[in-house]
Amino acid sequence: MKNLLILGAGTSGTMMANHLRSKLYLNKWNITIVDQYKTHYYQPGFLFLPFDTYTENQVKKVGKKFIPMGVNYIQKKIEKILPEENKVVLEDETLNYDVLIVATGSKIAPEETEGLVGPLWKKDIFDFYTYEGSLALRNKLRTWEGGKLVVHITEMPIKCPVAPLEFAFLADSYFRKKGMRDKVDISYVTPLTGAFTKPTCSTALAYLLKEKDIHLQSDFAIEHVDNDKKEIVDYEDRRIPFDLLVTIPTNMGDEVIEKSGLGDDLNFIPTDHNTLQSKAHENIFVIGDATNVPASKAGSVAHFQAETLTDNILLYIDGYPLKKEFDGHANCFIETGNNKALLIDFNYVTEPVHGKFPFAKIGPLQLLKESVFNHWGKLAFRWIYWNMLLKGIAIPFVSRNMSFKGKVFDIKPDNKQ
Amino acid sequence: MSVKTIAGVAVNVSEEGYLEDMSQWNEEIANEIAKEVGIELTPKHFEVLNYLRDKTAAKESLTIRGVGKSGIVNIKELYGLFPKGPLKFSSKIAGIPKPTSCI
Repeated sequence: MKNLLILGAGTSGTMMANHLRSKLYLNKWNITIVDQYKTHYYQPGFLFLPFDTYTENQVKKVGKKFIPMGVNYIQKKIEKILPEENKVVLEDETLNYDVLIVATGSKIAPEETEGLVGPLWKKDIFDFYTYEGSLALRNKLRTWEGGKLVVHITEMPIKCPVAPLEFAFLADSYFRKKGMRDKVDISYVTPLTGAFTKPTCSTALAYLLKEKDIHLQSDFAIEHVDNDKKEIVDYEDRRIPFDLLVTIPTNMGDEVIEKSGLGDDLNFIPTDHNTLQSKAHENIFVIGDATNVPASKAGSVAHFQAETLTDNILLYIDGYPLKKEFDGHANCFIETGNNKALLIDFNYVTEPVHGKFPFAKIGPLQLLKESVFNHWGKLAFRWIYWNMLLKGIAIPFVSRNMSFKGKVFDIKPDNKQ
Repeated sequence: MSVKTIAGVAVNVSEEGYLEDMSQWNEEIANEIAKEVGIELTPKHFEVLNYLRDKTAAKESLTIRGVGKSGIVNIKELYGLFPKGPLKFSSKIAGIPKPTSCI
């Protein structure tokens, strides 16, 4: 018997277990998946939890429920990968593998910024990229009386690059509904050159910030948090005061990657952009936010990667060349508040464009334009995630590679943002 | 995309003036773009620019933190070399694409 080992039972690892169990012979391949945590979170829900749109139970389930029959599930901590010996050391046992899939994800590292985890952490400074952070922020917002709300990105890459902007939009709607928008000043602080960095998007979407009265502070690379003055400070001593700071700390790959010597300086694993094979070891494959590929680190991307990676694992096992197929395809709903959302569809090289999705000319979803349909699509996606996506059931009419049918290349970029 | 003559060379640039093809770059072009944004280039600047170009050629993503760990400059020094938006100006002068997000 040969062993296929999957590290991490999050979105990517769970999808791979489901895809591969039905394709590998039970009498030839053992499949084992390892994760130290019992709970599987619907991470896109962390955006809605702070605003009381979702409840706790809508964003978490027992992870084991989504692992198929015939896959050995081990709930233990992963200590180290030994790539030269084809072994993985767990807290109290060592596993051998013939093929390894690393899906250990990424997580926030607030300790990387001086003063972030200080006296104000979880009192006036919150993250929403963790379940605990998102829940603590919800409790804060329920009783917050207003002031300066600063939504802040520490540095790229982050798990979902658009979520902070969505947070700012939803915060605008939330405070309007509560009748206290006049008491809240919202700023959006980014290390990039603007809220929208792609020319098509800055042309099509720049109006959103103005409409929602969100103040943009760009090119801000945080150096430390001044807890006494309640200010974030950049390397040129530019200071932005806050009463409530919602920050996206540095995102890093798992420490097991660092301990195993497999990652870059953010613990992301150098991975072939098109095959998803690790660059250093031919029998190690990497998926989702554990890779260093220049795509969004969101589950949407992992979903498309999983289809290509499944084919490539089967090709690798049989000794065939791998498909250079993955194109960086991402397909994401972006909440803009007031029960509307945008939908964007793009890849490594093509910027988001106008058009209809998934059916050319029909839609019903609109690309790069606000619509209520898109918002319903985002809410429906939670059901799709738990019932289809994790189980490896293909979402009808949505292909792994970006399709150009129904796309309208009508946006003339300008740089007046 | 449009064509612009910089330091006597016709190069393809984006609407914001970033080179579209990094192989069209040379040191005179760097000096001229730097002048436009008010920076006088020194050998230290070129060390950073070459580091950024190497990373881009290897298809690795650029971060301010990465530059800070490169051994060439720390982040404070990077700001000293390229004030008011170090990645924005350094990538423009290095002839590589502007760092972007999903949208």
